[in-house]
Amino acid sequence: MKKTSKLLAILCALMLMAASLTACSGEGKTKDTGSTPEKKTEETNTDKKKEDTSDSASEDVDEVDEIYFLNFKPEIAEVYNQISADYEAETGIKVKVVTAASGTYEQTLKSEVAKSDPPTIFQINGPVGYEAWKDYCLDLKDTDFYSYLSDKSLAVTSGDGVYGIPYVVEGYGIIYNNAIMEKYFALEDKATDVTSMDQVNNFATLKSVVEDMTAHADDLGIKGVFASTSLGAGEQWRWQTHLANMPLFYEFKDNTAYDNSVLAGLAADEIQFTYADNFRNIFDLYTNNSSTQKGLLGSKSVNDSMAEFALGQAAMVQNGNWAWSQINDVAGNVVAAEDIKFLPIYTGVSGEEKQGLCVGTENYFAINSKVSPAKQQASIEFLEWLFSSEKGKDYVTNQLGFIAPFTTFNDDEKPTDPLAREVLTWMEKDVESVAWTFAAFPSEEFKNYFGDALLEYVQDSKTWDDVVTIVKDSWKSERAK
Amino acid sequence: MERHNRKYFPIFVLPTLIAFTIAFFIPFLLGIFLSFTEFTTVIDARWVGLRNYIAAFSNKEFTNALWFTVKFTIVSMVTVNIFAFLLALLLTRNIRGTNLFRTVFFMPNLIGGIVLGYIWQLILNGILFRFGVTLTYKPEYGFWGLVIMMNWQMIGYMMVIYIAGIQNIPKDIMEAAKIDGAGKFQILRKITLPLVMPSVTICLFLTMSNSFKLFDQNLALTAGAPSRKTTMLALDIYNTFYGSVGSEGIGQAKAVVFTLIVALVAIIQLNITRKREVEN
Repeated sequence: MKKTSKLLAILCALMLMAASLTACSGEGKTKDTGSTPEKKTEETNTDKKKEDTSDSASEDVDEVDEIYFLNFKPEIAEVYNQISADYEAETGIKVKVVTAASGTYEQTLKSEVAKSDPPTIFQINGPVGYEAWKDYCLDLKDTDFYSYLSDKSLAVTSGDGVYGIPYVVEGYGIIYNNAIMEKYFALEDKATDVTSMDQVNNFATLKSVVEDMTAHADDLGIKGVFASTSLGAGEQWRWQTHLANMPLFYEFKDNTAYDNSVLAGLAADEIQFTYADNFRNIFDLYTNNSSTQKGLLGSKSVNDSMAEFALGQAAMVQNGNWAWSQINDVAGNVVAAEDIKFLPIYTGVSGEEKQGLCVGTENYFAINSKVSPAKQQASIEFLEWLFSSEKGKDYVTNQLGFIAPFTTFNDDEKPTDPLAREVLTWMEKDVESVAWTFAAFPSEEFKNYFGDALLEYVQDSKTWDDVVTIVKDSWKSERAK
Repeated sequence: MERHNRKYFPIFVLPTLIAFTIAFFIPFLLGIFLSFTEFTTVIDARWVGLRNYIAAFSNKEFTNALWFTVKFTIVSMVTVNIFAFLLALLLTRNIRGTNLFRTVFFMPNLIGGIVLGYIWQLILNGILFRFGVTLTYKPEYGFWGLVIMMNWQMIGYMMVIYIAGIQNIPKDIMEAAKIDGAGKFQILRKITLPLVMPSVTICLFLTMSNSFKLFDQNLALTAGAPSRKTTMLALDIYNTFYGSVGSEGIGQAKAVVFTLIVALVAIIQLNITRKREVEN
């Protein structure tokens, strides 16, 4: 008796431990696979001609009472809920909108797709995202939605098929507060002869202005010229993705064998990181003239630096047009809408006077090919409604604030927020926009290695040469996977 | 009696058994299966044999995380149990407000891991701020940060178990020892310690498995920074699984290895401490 009870106790203890382990070991789902639609739906549907699909599906659409949209952008989740309510009132089809928390879209999508009621509309981040999700992306070549696209080359394609359609064009650069700049230009003892931001068109000028501003920080009432270079975990994307885009864009542009830098990047098994010193130029400028001392950058988040900018503690911050709502929503915001401007990220590359903002997108809608054709059709109709009906377009320009790359939008239907308008202004200037080459980066892990190395560089535990080596090595190893 | 038990066996056991099968047993088997495959979602997998396991072990980060976890587990097992036992001794001495103290020490255990991690990140960064650095400055900072946090969270819980053990010691043995002229230290070593061995077994087991499996606190406090030098096994598995496309199977293989290690260490530890237990 004693022996068995002991055995039982050990067994119980093991089970207890094992049970608490399930979270790590068993990503498994208990749902049986029978609930996923069979492969044949996908094949029959993609083979059909367009008229065919809409004809046969239009009857089915009536049967669909719910479609499911997995949203990528938490900052506009509220608006989608309103849109969904409006759409349901108009058509009777319920749009279930689920928003993945910031930075967890891939995780959420992975688990949602495995459920019996998977997302019908989801998004991929470009050619690399398509590689991961190609089994789930429906060919959209014959849809009206694709025909709305103003520049067909923006879509994610593979062979003849069109699998991802961009729905927003975004731009990023250095955002500056013109009020503080004017204050600087008015200083009597400034060491530079720059008198307006129009004269800042290369790295050397930017550097001299920034360093002189740091010397006059007290006169200008700022803590530092640049807001904190946020290097906390999960807060590094502005550097390991956006800023990393600059040197690699130039490197791939030098490879003339390909039509554009993204294709060259996708084909690159290794990189030279030729423009590493240019990256270092601007990165050092950010951290040496920052509102936060270097050792503390590891605890800073993007929100922190946007708040510093909004409160007028910093004159510049690197971010994109999506940041406007973030700046505007900070309590005690002192930045006026007319003072907020964009400057391209100058890194000291020759001929950069003609360089524009970084313009592109990593937001592509894809339709789940593994749900029923009726649901697919209903999902496409929802997207068409959103980007072509009066009501939908009103939401897109005024509430979602998208610069939508569709022909259905007139000139007077462009967004009104100051940063989006700045992006449009820069696109119309006589400069060359920098393409979003980071779409060709091999993986999230590559970016994380890059970001980790930058943090250690800032904290002096790694030299710049170490960083360069890590970037090159991790590109190679991640691409090989 | 025996027959009676057998008759009602299904009624009492079945609900738990079904729940256990659905929520644990099936996913566990599925998890093992998936570690031999390449998959994007759990419902479409392609068999690749042992490739994932080879990749997992040739991955330097996995071995680093393993070392870090082992070091952390040893340090926190020792510190948590020593402090918890000392507190238990102190709080079984009829000091005024004993119950209040017990409650206060137990409270941290009621806070969830993520919240706790962020709170401690704020506290520790707040202190390090004076020296112009943060937790991410050196891996050692993150390590000791984790140890401090683990102690703060686990001590109260272990203390309660030790208190129960100490209170179970029969008074007559203590009195007999005193009459025989045993000193305080002798009583502690020769009577208290041997008689609370069952509690020690439980406490060591709990601290060990909890430290080994630590995830949320690790994620919230350091998230592996700098450069994954403070990544523990569970976090490493998570990073592998979600970090790059096509690595899901490798993450799964690491998870299976992880399970085996924890189970093995737990069995060895249980056996050793069981031998030292004394029947009352």
